[in-house]
Amino acid sequence: MNVLAHLGQFVGRRADGAGFVCDLLLRTTLYLPRLRRRTRFLLDTAFNAGVRSLPVTMIVAAFAGAILAMQTGIELRRFGDTAVLGTITALTMCREMGPFITGVILAATVGSSIAAEIGTMSVSDEVAALEVMSIDPVDYLVLPRVIALAVMCPIMTVLSNLIGIYGGSVIAEHNLGVSPQLYWVSAKEALTSSGMLLPKEVYVGLFKSFVFGIAIAVVSCAAGLRATGGALGVGLAVQTAVRNSVILIIVLGFIVTWFFYFLAG
Amino acid sequence: MIEIAGVHKRFGSRQILAGLSITVPKGMNFVLMGPSGSGKSVTLRHIIGIVRPDQGSVTVDGQEVSTMDRAQLMTLRKRMGYLFQNGALINWLSVFDNVALPLREHARLPKSEVEDRVNQVLRMVRLHEAAAQFPPSISGGMKLRAGLARALVTNPEYVLYDEPNAGLDPIIAHEIHELIVRVRDELAVTGVIVTHSRACAVHCGDRIGILEAGKLGVEGTVDEMVRSEHPLARAFLGGGVD
Repeated sequence: MNVLAHLGQFVGRRADGAGFVCDLLLRTTLYLPRLRRRTRFLLDTAFNAGVRSLPVTMIVAAFAGAILAMQTGIELRRFGDTAVLGTITALTMCREMGPFITGVILAATVGSSIAAEIGTMSVSDEVAALEVMSIDPVDYLVLPRVIALAVMCPIMTVLSNLIGIYGGSVIAEHNLGVSPQLYWVSAKEALTSSGMLLPKEVYVGLFKSFVFGIAIAVVSCAAGLRATGGALGVGLAVQTAVRNSVILIIVLGFIVTWFFYFLAG
Repeated sequence: MIEIAGVHKRFGSRQILAGLSITVPKGMNFVLMGPSGSGKSVTLRHIIGIVRPDQGSVTVDGQEVSTMDRAQLMTLRKRMGYLFQNGALINWLSVFDNVALPLREHARLPKSEVEDRVNQVLRMVRLHEAAAQFPPSISGGMKLRAGLARALVTNPEYVLYDEPNAGLDPIIAHEIHELIVRVRDELAVTGVIVTHSRACAVHCGDRIGILEAGKLGVEGTVDEMVRSEHPLARAFLGGGVD
């Protein structure tokens, strides 16, 4: 009985948290027409997000591309088919690895910082002060951050993709004996051989990163707004923000891929 | 006029308010005292609609706060100011921008008018020289004065003061008390002041109420209260008139 009660409480808390996040997303959407009033803050947030996460993104993306090329290349070499290494690396980076890496890095750097900032504001009554001034914290704090990450995540993903593909080319040349020319030609062909300007993989990847950006910002803001109890509460808010963001990145990544490749063809 | 009638509020297993009733007539400073955790700040938050009562009613000028929707609350809050314990200034805005924030968000005034109004209240709280500074670089007393300037910049009819002298030295605390009295006398603002400080209560208040077990244990004018033999009044205000 006790176990059931605890389970019920646990599920109740999770449902309450999820409901709060959904409500926050909805209210943020309703404030979109007021975005012009937040332009300066939005640009600051977007710039900070880019600067804060750029070095880590570059390092991780380069190594992710290198690992991808290495693992794939080892198997392809057994079949003597390393000529397609550029294609595989480019498409995998664009569709899956680039958005995923960027999302996780943004969650760890920018998401945690958002949760800490807003959490500190919550526990020191600054959020309540906004409320009593008739300023909706969703409009003032959440909206610019959500839009900033929705814009910056795809931009950072493009960088991740390029750096990852370059990382793969280094391994292809030095460890797998694939000439740089062959690698880059096959990568370029993969990224241009489509009726559209770019192949579906690139668009799906960018859409994913757009969704990740929104999810990270909303989840992190929600964690910050619900923070209570001083420094400990802020710490818990940061932990919650990063944990939930990473879970959402994986789940939403799966859903988007499934939708575009299995449901919508 | 602010009227709180039979308000009950529980947080989890803790009963904070149990039938609290207070009436604050216009133009008066009502001081609310009581032990820590007795529900003083919670009472203020009921008045401004951040917290809703489990039972009872809270009305401001006859309007029921506890049943207002978000839009109605926002309209009501534009007529109120709230001074938080630590000022609750936004850290990334300068003192000037903090004070200007409610005007820029709501008033749709020309830039020059906003500047004039902000400079006027900053002079009133004697902070005009610190206008360009940021909250982390100013003292606790300055933060409180900036918070008070922000509460006053929209010309509110009511100001709620939550521990306006907490952690301040006696000289700065006295300055804040003087300001609260000036706000009442010169701007005709109605105030509700939550404090532990006898000096603040006696200096700023017209009436004093002391919370006990979730409702007013004793209430009266400042003179009545400082002369009262009621144990609560003696505990919080004992020692005669300053």
